[in-house]
Amino acid sequence: MFLEGKVFKFGDNVDTDVIIPARYLNTQDHKELANHCMEDIDKDFAKNVKSGDIIVGGNNFGCGSSREHAPIAIKASGVSIVIAKSFARIFYRNSINIGLAILECDMADKINADDIVSVDLDKGIITNKTQNWTTEVVPFPEFIQNIIKNNGYINSIKNSCK
Amino acid sequence: MAMTMTEKIIAKHCGLESVQPGMLVMANLDMILANDITAPLAIDEFEKAEFNKVFDKEKIALIMDHFVPCKDIKSAIQVQKTKNFASKIGIKHFYDIGESGIEHAFLPEKGLVKAGDMIIGADSHTCTYGALGAFSSGVGSTDFAVAMVTGQSWFKVPKSIKFEIIGKPKKGITGKEVILYIIGKIGVEGARYCSMEFVGSGLKYLNMADRFTIANMAVEAGAKNGIFAVDKITEKYLKEHCDKEYTVEVADDDAEYYKTYTIDLSEIDYCVAFPHLPENVKTPNEWGIIPITQVVIGSCTNGRYEDMCIAAEILKGRKVAKGLKCIIIPATQDIYLKCIKNGLAEIFIKAGAIISTPTCGPCLGGHMGILADGESCVSTTNRNFIGRMGHINSKIYLASPSVAAASSILGRLATPEEV
Repeated sequence: MFLEGKVFKFGDNVDTDVIIPARYLNTQDHKELANHCMEDIDKDFAKNVKSGDIIVGGNNFGCGSSREHAPIAIKASGVSIVIAKSFARIFYRNSINIGLAILECDMADKINADDIVSVDLDKGIITNKTQNWTTEVVPFPEFIQNIIKNNGYINSIKNSCK
Repeated sequence: MAMTMTEKIIAKHCGLESVQPGMLVMANLDMILANDITAPLAIDEFEKAEFNKVFDKEKIALIMDHFVPCKDIKSAIQVQKTKNFASKIGIKHFYDIGESGIEHAFLPEKGLVKAGDMIIGADSHTCTYGALGAFSSGVGSTDFAVAMVTGQSWFKVPKSIKFEIIGKPKKGITGKEVILYIIGKIGVEGARYCSMEFVGSGLKYLNMADRFTIANMAVEAGAKNGIFAVDKITEKYLKEHCDKEYTVEVADDDAEYYKTYTIDLSEIDYCVAFPHLPENVKTPNEWGIIPITQVVIGSCTNGRYEDMCIAAEILKGRKVAKGLKCIIIPATQDIYLKCIKNGLAEIFIKAGAIISTPTCGPCLGGHMGILADGESCVSTTNRNFIGRMGHINSKIYLASPSVAAASSILGRLATPEEV
């Protein structure tokens, strides 16, 4: 799986309350959640993000609540992958379960806003085309890549039973 | 092989002699839960996959607690959807308002969770039940949906961090101060992916309410779970609340810990987490003058009867500062009734506070106390992230019930000794 997009850059400890504020948790509609994604730390995010774009964060990305609405909002906004130095564990698990690609990368803080980054998900290769460097990260094991290719855990279970 | 408490519980639930940190295992679950925000998403997934039955109708709890009494049409539809699903499938432990309360206070109170259990919940504060000597961890709606069908979930066995609790706390210091002190020391990712194991001679000074508060906020240090060694205090609580058999797991003396911290309770002072992270912990000499407009006493962290008593002791015969809103939320119907029967409700109302029916409400900025632009709130809840309780320019100071009650009287951040 090959992904490429423009970077939206955030800092450390981006919590699920800013990814999708609780005032919008009265819906499960993916598009509606996407309309409010990140609005408390970047009110223009939903307007500016384009399909395929990439979110880059610092340490402990996705800390806080277990709301699956957070990775859903990010995915439904068109973001192809989240790259961060580290992730909070429930967010990490939820992202994989809903089929949002997510990678830990020590070089995340070297990536700037608006850089063009490409990712080879199967091999775990991240290329910063703007800055002209490449780094390797630990790729997902096959069963997790399958979940992402199947667009989520439930679909992968369903498809494997076919 | 020597194991920690968490490792022993996990091993037992996946049928292995022993487990080690880093191992990926599939474990059988004793109880799984979700609420009015996370259950509807799980139901969508469950139905999308065309599942039609659950692994055990008695091991699933659906508690309507976050946006209740329903704050708008959409949240009413969420409760309705969950209720219809529970009724269609025949889930035994579905609880709406009037018969329950905040999930993490309600489940232990009703004996639905106990020592030795393996529990997951689609709510990050599911780690609360570790206070009872259970392995208990927050997950998302998809994990919950799959677990409803299979009764299992996969886990990476966490590394364990030992918190050796020693010493005797000073007067007025509670579980909230202890956990804020710990998070201030290790940071919001200090226990990321790890188990926090609380043991030691100082545990005898921490009652069950203190322990629930401490285990509840393990997730605020990034932990997968927090767990307390079972002692006489735990067993007394379990005997009073739970009629089922429970299992006590004791860590082996030579169990391996990733890290060990010694926490001397006698060194802990009043602690408040300043905006906008639970690790920004300051003691009274660092507070300065912080004017506030609202106080919230309640939540899965601090809405237990013991917390209500602490607040009542300080508010008795006193008045909430002019212009300040003080919102008190007993966490369950039982606690609410005790507040009425034992005169606490009268103390609160005479002081000028309001008492709400049990709800998570303001903690997550749902309803029942949303903050305006520039407002500041001292809250006994668990998170002070940007915009968590309302406007992005509002501020949340996380504190214990005693500090919150004292602050409500003085209209600024204050210790109980100041009133």
